[in-house]
Amino acid sequence: MNENKAGETRRSFIIKLTLGLSALSAIVAGIPVISALLAPLIAQPPQQWRKVGELDDFAIGSTRLVKFENADAKPWAGTTVQSAAWLRRDTATTFTAFSVNCTHLGCPVRWEQDAELFMCPCHGGVYYKDGSVASGPPPKALIQYRVRINRKDIELLTAPIPISNISA
Amino acid sequence: MKILKKIWRWIDDRSGFSEILTPLAKHLVPPGSKWSYVFGSATLFCLILQVVTGVALSLLYQPSSADAYKSLEFITHKAAFGNVLRGIHYFGASAMIVMVGAHMIRVYIMAAYKYPREMSWISGVVLFFLTIAMGFTGQLLRWDANGVWSSVVAAEQLGRIPLIGKPVARLLLGGDTIGGHSLSRFYSYHVFIFPAFIFLFLGYHLMLVIRNGISEPPKAGRPVEPGKYRQWYKDMLQKTGVPFWPYAAWRDLLFGASTIIAVISLAVIFGPPELTLPPDPAAIYVTPAPDWYMLPVFSLFALMPPKIESVIMFAGPLLTILILLSVPFISIKGERSPIRRPWAVFGTIAVLMFVFSLLLLGEKAAWSPRFNAKPLSQAVIHSQDTVVINGADLFYRKGCLYCHTIEGHGGYKGPDLTHAAMRLSSSEMMIRIVNGGADMPAYGGILSKKELTDIIAFLNSR
Repeated sequence: MNENKAGETRRSFIIKLTLGLSALSAIVAGIPVISALLAPLIAQPPQQWRKVGELDDFAIGSTRLVKFENADAKPWAGTTVQSAAWLRRDTATTFTAFSVNCTHLGCPVRWEQDAELFMCPCHGGVYYKDGSVASGPPPKALIQYRVRINRKDIELLTAPIPISNISA
Repeated sequence: MKILKKIWRWIDDRSGFSEILTPLAKHLVPPGSKWSYVFGSATLFCLILQVVTGVALSLLYQPSSADAYKSLEFITHKAAFGNVLRGIHYFGASAMIVMVGAHMIRVYIMAAYKYPREMSWISGVVLFFLTIAMGFTGQLLRWDANGVWSSVVAAEQLGRIPLIGKPVARLLLGGDTIGGHSLSRFYSYHVFIFPAFIFLFLGYHLMLVIRNGISEPPKAGRPVEPGKYRQWYKDMLQKTGVPFWPYAAWRDLLFGASTIIAVISLAVIFGPPELTLPPDPAAIYVTPAPDWYMLPVFSLFALMPPKIESVIMFAGPLLTILILLSVPFISIKGERSPIRRPWAVFGTIAVLMFVFSLLLLGEKAAWSPRFNAKPLSQAVIHSQDTVVINGADLFYRKGCLYCHTIEGHGGYKGPDLTHAAMRLSSSEMMIRIVNGGADMPAYGGILSKKELTDIIAFLNSR
């Protein structure tokens, strides 16, 4: 009887040890797996200043689509490495750059030169030339990029695709 | 012959084929479970078709952001039967969504989710959403401009989840923006992660069919009584049940095979959806639109009052899931017959009408500006007056025509202005154009005085 009891204690200890070891192996194997899954949250690429053109390319008052590489330019990205923005030269020395992403659901807005409006093809969002909402469902104004003039070059600070949140 | 029989007997004895499969094939099912019971198995047939054609596509497809588009062009235009293969996978997805919907409606109308089959319903709801998730991620793997922008739209929707919205959106895209990491992730979601969950829940769903048996056709005045039901069902099967194979299975097979033949015919006749522009996030002159089963959601986001929209985008799906999951707990027992459950039937019809109207509205997308509108022709303007002609030109150039129709030309977002002069005086027109409205930009800061009077002259000339 006593012997049996001692056996039970040992057995239950070994079972616990086995379960513990199994859990440990799962956790250890899980670390790299979860890291791969959460990779986009772990390593956030730094924002980059990208040249989008030269001072002479832009007439004062004009609004043009400029293209540039996003901050996280992977060699295997192909054409998806591209981003775009609407760049306006307000005066000789000041520029405004608008994100092409509609603040409603991210579709690419078009600048309609004659109408002086940004229009979204998806759900009919419209913005005035200063980026503020003119009509339709967008919850807030177009997001702006930072622009700087570096000697002759116009440079734009890359930014994530703007994600509107519930409070917007 | 004798030796062949002997070999088969050895194989069967050691492998256990007959021992495992016979009870499954011969299990008793209630009599009268006829054509309304075929949708679940048809969904399964579609799934098998999707797995097989999906594996075949993976032999030809390049799951990389840079090369996927080129490989899709190869599949569509060069590979032997590649076009049909893509077509089958596309129409197969549509058929699977139709069948899963029909199956769900049948189960709800006949209240087959009641005791003791609650878990069948719950696993079914999970499978329903997994099917939608597969459809959507599959649409992203069609990595053209539409795939790029659909993934951005999906990320924006996920972004509405409180607190964790931004990280979740980033997880979907694989980073801050679309890039080299995006398609690899969509591929993994569509080919490994979601299918793994589908197989898991499907296995469980089917196991429950064997464990609890399929629900007998409902009869008015014969309510489900938990506690007594299981014994009653067992006795009923003993008395009147018929073996699944072949008495019930032949309908499943016939309907499933017809579904697959229909899918293949559609694929041969219509082919897969044409690829749009290459996946370049900087090529912005696109009109993104989802595949048909996502159109109701697309419409809803255009038509909801913007004020509540952000909340609905998060709360809507959450509530839908919660309500669906709670269905078997809200009505666990009692009548199953649709005749005794008029509200259930009415509710189903209401939901169907709601979804179907949104789908039709999404087809037209009246809220989207018609960027492809052409300048109005002389035949439409029918005036020699230079002021009117200039007004008509401005009507096009200032974007009015994108949203307003003149004699069938232009967009649909705003009212048809063919006969605007019959409804509005010049000063009323001026007030509307200058101040705009809920769905119209205020043109006061955009038009000069002369331009404004020209446009009004044009509208008055009609």
